[in-house]
Amino acid sequence: MAHTLIEKIIMKNTGKETVTPGDIVTVNVDRVMIHDIFIPFVAEKFEEMGFTKLWDPDKVVLIYDHLVPTSAVEDVRHFKIGDAFAAKYGLKNVHRSDGICHQLMTEAGYAKPGNIVFGTDSHTTTYGCVGCFSSGIGYTEMASILGTGEMWIRVPETIKVVINGTLPDNVYAKDVILRLLGDLRADGATYKALEISGSTVDQMSVASRMTISNMAIEAGAKACLFKPDEKTCEYSQVELSDVDWIYGDEDATYCKVMEYQAEELQPVCACPSQVDNIKEVKEIAGTKIDQVFIGSCTNGRLEDLKVAADILKGHQVACKCIVTPASRKIYMEAIEKGYMKTLAEAGCIITQPGCGLCCGRAGGILTDGEKVLATNNRNFLGRMGTSKVGIYLGSPATAATSALTATITIPQAGC
Amino acid sequence: MGMTIGEKIIARAAGVEEVKPNDIHTVTLDRMMSNDGTTHLTVDMYHNQLKHPHIADKDKVVFIMDHNVPAENPKTAEAHKKMRNFAKENGIKLYEGQGVCHQIMMEDYVCPGELIFGADSHTTTYGALGAFGTGVGCTDFLYAMTTGTSWVMVPETIRFNLHGKLREGVYARDLILTIIGDIGANGANYKIMEFAGDGAHGLSIDERIVLCNLTVEAGAKAGIVDPDEKVVEYCKQHGREAVHMYHSDEDATFAAVYEYDLDKIEPVVVRPDFVDNFATLREVKEEKIAIDQAFVGSCNNGRLCDLRAAAEVVKGKKIADTVRFLVAPASKDVYIQALEEGIITTLMEAGAMIMNANCSVCWGSCQGVIGENEVLISTGTRNFKGRSGHPSSKVYMASAATVAASAVAGYITGAADIQ
Amino acid sequence: MEQFTGKVWVLGDDIDTDIIIPTEYLALPTVEDMKQYGFSPLRPELASQISEGDIIVAGKNFGCGSSREQAPEIIKALKVKCVIAKSYARIFFRNSINNGLLLIENSDIQDVVKEGDEITVRLGESIEHQGKSYKIGSLPQNLMDIINAGGLVKAMQKRNGLL
Repeated sequence: MAHTLIEKIIMKNTGKETVTPGDIVTVNVDRVMIHDIFIPFVAEKFEEMGFTKLWDPDKVVLIYDHLVPTSAVEDVRHFKIGDAFAAKYGLKNVHRSDGICHQLMTEAGYAKPGNIVFGTDSHTTTYGCVGCFSSGIGYTEMASILGTGEMWIRVPETIKVVINGTLPDNVYAKDVILRLLGDLRADGATYKALEISGSTVDQMSVASRMTISNMAIEAGAKACLFKPDEKTCEYSQVELSDVDWIYGDEDATYCKVMEYQAEELQPVCACPSQVDNIKEVKEIAGTKIDQVFIGSCTNGRLEDLKVAADILKGHQVACKCIVTPASRKIYMEAIEKGYMKTLAEAGCIITQPGCGLCCGRAGGILTDGEKVLATNNRNFLGRMGTSKVGIYLGSPATAATSALTATITIPQAGC
Repeated sequence: MGMTIGEKIIARAAGVEEVKPNDIHTVTLDRMMSNDGTTHLTVDMYHNQLKHPHIADKDKVVFIMDHNVPAENPKTAEAHKKMRNFAKENGIKLYEGQGVCHQIMMEDYVCPGELIFGADSHTTTYGALGAFGTGVGCTDFLYAMTTGTSWVMVPETIRFNLHGKLREGVYARDLILTIIGDIGANGANYKIMEFAGDGAHGLSIDERIVLCNLTVEAGAKAGIVDPDEKVVEYCKQHGREAVHMYHSDEDATFAAVYEYDLDKIEPVVVRPDFVDNFATLREVKEEKIAIDQAFVGSCNNGRLCDLRAAAEVVKGKKIADTVRFLVAPASKDVYIQALEEGIITTLMEAGAMIMNANCSVCWGSCQGVIGENEVLISTGTRNFKGRSGHPSSKVYMASAATVAASAVAGYITGAADIQ
Repeated sequence: MEQFTGKVWVLGDDIDTDIIIPTEYLALPTVEDMKQYGFSPLRPELASQISEGDIIVAGKNFGCGSSREQAPEIIKALKVKCVIAKSYARIFFRNSINNGLLLIENSDIQDVVKEGDEITVRLGESIEHQGKSYKIGSLPQNLMDIINAGGLVKAMQKRNGLL
């Protein structure tokens, strides 16, 4: 019987010969991620549930990113509780200032192709970029996994998205996922898995696929997966022969198939204040902005910094432009490549890797009447300041180009 | 009668031949600097309390956002918006997120012999180039901005004759903390601290900045190093000409004269909660005081030589798991130079967090804020109670090398002790 | 069969987790400290107006966004009896079940109910509003098991022999 990609991962994990959407199954969790915001709650629930040890300390990763660097006196409480929890239960995989959790989970090899991974953050869907079934959960559920290593799931239906062709020079993975979100709407994939394929995504870097799987949650998706290929294997340091079972069968049952021709896609933005309020950049070009933000688990990677550096090289930004690399590793690679120097010379404000402005606790908060063009994943009301801040989401190219004039501007082809 | 450097600067600004301590003069200011700590308040007063709001000379006014950058809440963002709009409406040069105000002033504006008001206490920094910089409140700043003038009472001058050289592993930071420990936190109240002698001239401009910057912690109105060729060179490198190079006359009157042999200075660790709570590293390290956070940065110690000193200490080592080590370059230029020298990479490899160029932990309200009962060792300007976070937290002050060594060890110790 | 009556607060579509509880308040020590900021980006006064036993009626995709479990916890802490929405985001739905916050799906009531109206919910059967009845379904068994145990914490306590 034919199966979708996520069904195959669930079957392999559970040892079942077949699964069908709607089945309730219990999976063995390969890895979990907890971040600084939720560790106090996870720790409390874990002990309240009566557990005395972690099911497998090696499979647990604790990452501080939302509160790094701290911006209020109560922030360090989360680190103290996290450190104490790690010490008490022998948890070794702790990252205290290395970058955003989702970047680190694939970058440091915690989430691999074919794995089932859960995290206390909605953007845990990100690891689908390497063919991993990953999804966000709450802290109570996380506490129960920490004790049992198991989690019940309902096998999701799969929406197949096929994108073929070559993207125009000024269109990026961010534009692709925003278009998809606009078409699916904010609840269009609720409780479903997305499976993305086609020659366009075959050509994409793992980093670009990460942008897409990261934002799938904005359509409500449970997961968003790509078939692993050579690029994935190099990135995740696995052998292709070990992961060549991870693909969706041609004749598998998909609840919906969406097809795109890459050449027809345009630079787009999500406009205030819904992620599915998608407009082509040309429709909103000329809109005055007060700030640009380049970063986050969606678009804070090396290729994003490169695009921004290429556009800003030799110019000065016309409004505040905040750059927050997604990880320590990316930051150091960007130094090596000269991007950081270029960005600093252009007047960008370069911050410590972390969630930064995207999580709205520091990193460039705005106020009434101000507008920001940002490369992150959410533009909800009040996410980056007061509820009278207008947040536009776009690609790093659109963001950097717009920073040059402090107005939303269509990125040049070939930049 | 002979005059000191500070008296000569005031005489020039007042357009008179001679001034003497305790005279009150109306002076024309060469430059005025205001940062995001108070500019929004000045702007409010400008709009609400003046009959005929007017800026005397916009080219002499500089606005610099450095305290809460990037903004951490809508209130800050609102204050920034006010500052940004005012600068735009009035054609005032605005720097946003490009570095700590005093470092930017040094790089882009300060010339020897100038009288400069800044709406920030550490404006004393500018004495490193033989200028008279002093901090004022926003009311004084408003008056200065609208008239181009102000009044000053001529302070007495205390002379510090510095001899010889600092030993390896001892920094200008240790020297000024020693001096403040000696004379006390009010030891130079309303006075000028003037530094001269071969020991002063042996210091680089960046080291002189460290001295002058902290003179306000002894209560000084200004700190000035006798300017020399290095000042001329610094100005030239930054596209400016050093015109008014004032020196104290042989027969100038000093309120006091201190002599310091620099080779006798040793590494210092100032204990909480006052800058004059002096102790030597030798004493303090015996206590193995555990730290939660370490900070290298600020207008006092965030320049290339400080970052370099920290990088040399941590190179090839790892920051202790129990320590958050934050490094904030003092300006964009410092950051770029540190990038090119590989300093940023070395620091990051060791586990340091690199902040955008701003006041950061030293300002203690938006970045690297420390929690209840936490201990910070810092190259910042102050260690007052709650300066960097929770009122129960403690701040120790030391050189960049000592801070970096402590970050590696997890407790307060010296660079020589972790090799 | 359980039934209850409550006063209605009406919210729209896509009520996201940043609206339910903005990130800036997530580091506050307890949900009790946070609850006053519930729904503040959208309606700053709402948290103080909600009384025990009130019912929130909303549109589609309620609870979309973050995995923050404070979202259902805050609604519970505000003593909201239940939420009735056209649909729920996945993580929010699980979190609500795990915390014992009652969620009901219905797509008709939104067209007729006004803020301040009273409605009666007959669990697993119907919503009654101004003499009219609107059908509602019941939850799958595995979820009812968690709810019947009193939430996931209680279910795990039972597993670990604490109850």
